[in-house]
Amino acid sequence: MRTPLPLRWSVLLAGALALFTVAVNAQTTLRFGLAEDPDVLDPTLARTFVGRIVFAALCDKLVDIDEKLGIVPQLATSWEWSADNKALTMKIRPNVTFHDGEKLDAAAVKFNIERHKTMTGSNRRGELAPVSTVDVVDPSTVRINLSAPFAPLLAQLADRAGMMVSPKAAQAAGEKFGANPVCSGPYKFVERVAQDRIVVERYKDYWNKGDIHIDRIVYLPIVDSTVRLANLKSGQLDFIERPAPSDIPALRNDSRFKISKITEIGYQGITINVGKSDLAQKNPLGKDPRVREAFELALDRQGIVQVAMDGEGTVGNQWVAPDNPFYAKNMPVPKRDVARAKALLAEAGVPNPTFTLMTPTTSDGQRVAQVVQAMVKEAGFDVKIQSTEFATSLDMADKGQYDAYVLAWSGRADPDGNVYSFDGCKQPLNYAGYCKPEVDDILNKSRTTGDAAERKKLFEQLAALALKDRPIVYLYHRHWLWAYTTKLSGLRPVPDGLVRVQGLKFN
Amino acid sequence: MFAYLVRRIAAIVPTLIFVSMLIFGLQQLLPGDPAVVLAGEDRDPTVVAYLRQKMHLDEPLPVRYVYWIKGVLHGDLGESLRMQKPVRELILEKLPVTIELAAFAMVIALLIGVPMGILSAVRRNTAWDYAANAIALWGLSTPNFWLGIMLILLFSVTLGWLPASGFVSPFEDLKANLAALVMPAFVLGNAIAAVLMRHTRSAMLQVLSSDYVRTARAKGLSERGVILKHALRNALIPVITLGALELGTLLSGAVLTEQVFTIPGFGKLIVDAVFNRDYAVVQGVVLFTATAYIVLNLLADIAYVVVNPQIKVQ
Repeated sequence: MRTPLPLRWSVLLAGALALFTVAVNAQTTLRFGLAEDPDVLDPTLARTFVGRIVFAALCDKLVDIDEKLGIVPQLATSWEWSADNKALTMKIRPNVTFHDGEKLDAAAVKFNIERHKTMTGSNRRGELAPVSTVDVVDPSTVRINLSAPFAPLLAQLADRAGMMVSPKAAQAAGEKFGANPVCSGPYKFVERVAQDRIVVERYKDYWNKGDIHIDRIVYLPIVDSTVRLANLKSGQLDFIERPAPSDIPALRNDSRFKISKITEIGYQGITINVGKSDLAQKNPLGKDPRVREAFELALDRQGIVQVAMDGEGTVGNQWVAPDNPFYAKNMPVPKRDVARAKALLAEAGVPNPTFTLMTPTTSDGQRVAQVVQAMVKEAGFDVKIQSTEFATSLDMADKGQYDAYVLAWSGRADPDGNVYSFDGCKQPLNYAGYCKPEVDDILNKSRTTGDAAERKKLFEQLAALALKDRPIVYLYHRHWLWAYTTKLSGLRPVPDGLVRVQGLKFN
Repeated sequence: MFAYLVRRIAAIVPTLIFVSMLIFGLQQLLPGDPAVVLAGEDRDPTVVAYLRQKMHLDEPLPVRYVYWIKGVLHGDLGESLRMQKPVRELILEKLPVTIELAAFAMVIALLIGVPMGILSAVRRNTAWDYAANAIALWGLSTPNFWLGIMLILLFSVTLGWLPASGFVSPFEDLKANLAALVMPAFVLGNAIAAVLMRHTRSAMLQVLSSDYVRTARAKGLSERGVILKHALRNALIPVITLGALELGTLLSGAVLTEQVFTIPGFGKLIVDAVFNRDYAVVQGVVLFTATAYIVLNLLADIAYVVVNPQIKVQ
């Protein structure tokens, strides 16, 4: 039987119309190349840097940090410290819902902070250690009570410790929550194929939906930077994080791509075993501060950045970069002075000290080690490089089986996160084995002082001590680099290296 | 035959026990505390302690082995502490990807290796032979990761014909699936083709000089018939054995190729697990592939007996 002509035409027309509608409403998808595969997507349990990039789309935090590391509102609209700095009262943004439709209120905030503090295997417990109780003042007000004043608390709440998950979903899923996270961020979780992709899609009831312009984001972990770049160039990806610094000049000349960068909040440095084990006393570098001073004076930091990072770094000599408000100006970056270094070595009675410089097998680490080896040779140092697989190198550092160790730190918004655990006696990240009661005193005071100006002074005192003892010789602060198609706009670089999806759009 | 089967299957059990001990024992030689590595950058002492307890790291080695093997016997391969996912699920997720890539690579290897081997044997000491040998040498000596990156630069970046990396399920989009797999499969197949070519060539040369081939020629058979019907069939036996072994290797994961092309298969799973000291994943995946290997071997042996009863069952 033949279909009547008008009917056939109308079917065709309807088809064409449908196609047109699809074209007009075409879904926008951002394909995002990650440098590593994130771990579990549960803010309480998560441990990797790269996981935080995905969380930036999934889970809103109580507060956020801005380009200048200032604390800005996110789920909390305002906050106030008590007079004794032992209680932080926060106003929670009204009309915010989790991706499962549940309301985000003061009770949900209380649940989340308690979850961070009590869940087995929680990685947030240490970050929130001074928090003793949480009170729901009213549905939109929450008070966080501390056992002692703790200045870095707001910065902690600007990271995973401040991320809020749906209490209902968390209770139902238990420790399996990370397989299907339910938060209140601009995007909700769709699926994850381990080591292949994480897909999120726009949450239509997001409180700040006017700032969200892309329908879907697919995060693809591609470890090799050459392959990540090839994907960007061939159009398989729209955005990549951490392109290799050596690829930047070529990318800059390619009109199809844009590059954004900002100095990180972390640092690259060389940790020196000054007291972690007996080895410290057996090596002049660990034993004698003059040898360490000579070592630092033999370094040309700008040269290191140029050779090891193709210029993509900012030289520095402290746990925070020179443009950070907490940078101690009383201890500026020392200039290279080989003559003085030689004199110091002669004074110490070791004109040609020998030590082993351990480095993880990452290309950055190895390049740094090689440049340092060549530079300090001029002052008389004989450095042997020991390239060691990362996990093994950490183990050796932890046991004090090393002289010096090339180690990077991704950084925290508050300077406390970059120094307390490294310079405090017996702290978990104190691989140097550095321990000085005066330093501990200052570190503890800097935690309990709420006043920023006063804290700055304390960090200056700390710098005057710790930078002279040199448990860590800080070298530079890497640039966070992002490369993306020119079709994309609205990227706002923030020093923590996380990509805020608010404002991102395809032109 | 039945008695043979029972004997062979019975022999698998001690092999598997030995393999499981080997996997478990060798892994302990890896330096570094897995709890410290898994605890991430902050290495919070309470988290490290919790992980140690969860992984039974404070208990003696034999006790830990018993914990693990007990689970395995109950079908529980443990859980990935990094991804918080059962190892069994991870294996089931990656297995189809690895099988497809391995099969695709094998087809490419056979299509290149066998004809080239025949050609170089039949046209021995001619330009054809030299050319085939040169290609084989190239295939054997080209590192997979280099070839992979070169192919990506040519076909993805310069020409824009193929996706640079990634994997799409064939059930989602068959065309995209084939496009994603053709380069990695070629890289893997290229290396195996070289081995197959060399073996086909030497087997063919041996067979071509045997008496029955001379008889076949004397009977007046066409050269094509002699080569394809009489010589090749016999020459293929060692090639098939070798091909099966290579397939087994492919199934245990093509580490570098999967890494370069970001194919989420076994190879990538194991490498990531080793670097993150995710013990349960390493143990589970290696045990699984070892078992698969042993079973495939058994099947091959049985197939020999079935195909050629002359292979006496002792």
